[in-house]
Amino acid sequence: MEQKEMIRIRNLNKSYGNLHVLKDIDMKVLDSDVVCLIGPSGSGKSTLLRCLNYLEKKDSGQILIEGTEVEPGTHDINKIREKVGMVFQHFYLFPHMTVLENVIEAPTHVKKIPKAQAIEEAKVLLAKVGLSDKADVYPSKLSGGQKQRVAIARALAMKPDILLFDEPTSALDPELVGEVLATMKELALEGMTMVVVTHEMSFAREVGDWIVFMHNGRVVESGPPKEFFSNPQEERTKEFLQTTVF
Amino acid sequence: MPSFSHFFDTLFSSSDVFIRAMLLTLELTVVSILVGIIIGLLFALLKISNIKILAWISDTYVFLVRGTPLIVQIFILYFGISNLFLLPDFWAASLALAFHNGAYISEILRGTIQSIDKGQMEAGRSLGMSNALALRRIILPQAFRRALPPLGNQFIIGLKDSSLAAFISMNELFNVATTLGSNNFDEMTYLLIVAVYYLILVAFLTIIVNTFEKKLSISDR
Repeated sequence: MEQKEMIRIRNLNKSYGNLHVLKDIDMKVLDSDVVCLIGPSGSGKSTLLRCLNYLEKKDSGQILIEGTEVEPGTHDINKIREKVGMVFQHFYLFPHMTVLENVIEAPTHVKKIPKAQAIEEAKVLLAKVGLSDKADVYPSKLSGGQKQRVAIARALAMKPDILLFDEPTSALDPELVGEVLATMKELALEGMTMVVVTHEMSFAREVGDWIVFMHNGRVVESGPPKEFFSNPQEERTKEFLQTTVF
Repeated sequence: MPSFSHFFDTLFSSSDVFIRAMLLTLELTVVSILVGIIIGLLFALLKISNIKILAWISDTYVFLVRGTPLIVQIFILYFGISNLFLLPDFWAASLALAFHNGAYISEILRGTIQSIDKGQMEAGRSLGMSNALALRRIILPQAFRRALPPLGNQFIIGLKDSSLAAFISMNELFNVATTLGSNNFDEMTYLLIVAVYYLILVAFLTIIVNTFEKKLSISDR
């Protein structure tokens, strides 16, 4: 069956002043696929991800979301963001709201769905990430792993077609990484289209459908995880994989 | 110094006049704080708007207000504006105080708004919120909470500054105290009495601010 192209990037370039952080990026993300962006720090992975949500402005090139080219001038970026959710390294839960309020905030105030309905849906999502008992707790009471699972539920509450993860486990204590990865794996199995910037190689290998290795602002190599990890073609990729502990 | 019994006798016998004056002081303070918050928020938003001319307007306002004495501002508003159209004394005093407090409040709010992690705005935006909605729902509630201690401080300063309205013949606390004092050739007694009234008002204001702070810090616990 032909998979729909959810994201298509052509010739994307981005600079901060003299620093050229993304160089002629070409990439596509197919429906229900999990694409893992890996590479050393400063390689441009996070910037690329943030471009997909328009938190960073590209300098040139094309970004097509579900077949439509999106330009901040002509498109309502907020509408696109409703379709493309984002999970951050540092969670960014809203500290003045309870867990439940965090999850229903965007559905009730952006999509304007009735509060009762939003609460119903939020409870389902919290159950899904295993945090039903934390609905009325403030984020300051949660562990890092719990915060990140709430952040995932909050993003899911907008019913996005695509979820972006920006190093979702990098700020967590080692023993809390597993619970977040498990939640993400569950989402992947349900067919969510995901783009994940990660340093968790075992997650990339196990859950990823496509691996993209970036270095110095370029896509050096990409491919399905089996071939990518067992038979890397590029010298840079081999070096990187050797330094990464499995 | 007046004797204790004389002080208390005068305190009670003058209470009618002083309570009326206290209510006026309270009105001046509440109006000037509320209007000051609106002005302060407006100029704080101008300042952080990333639009140069708006930020410049905000800077100029803060510079002018902080750079001149409050009594000069009150007189300018009272005598200057009264030439153009008739501004009731109460409004001349309240607006001058609001205009003055607004500058300090705008600096407090600007600081606290900018102290909120940029990620909060990004999280809001990434959920499809507009800038304005994220500001209103995500940033400002957190900023106000952080601003409460310095705001409470500013409110107390504003309350005491309202005594300067005496100079445009408002019968607020300070004016009543000096008038009664000189009429009765007993300045010290009336000044001590008015100090008690100010202390009561400040205590009252402090309790309100503290209650708010407690209520808003619920998410920390």
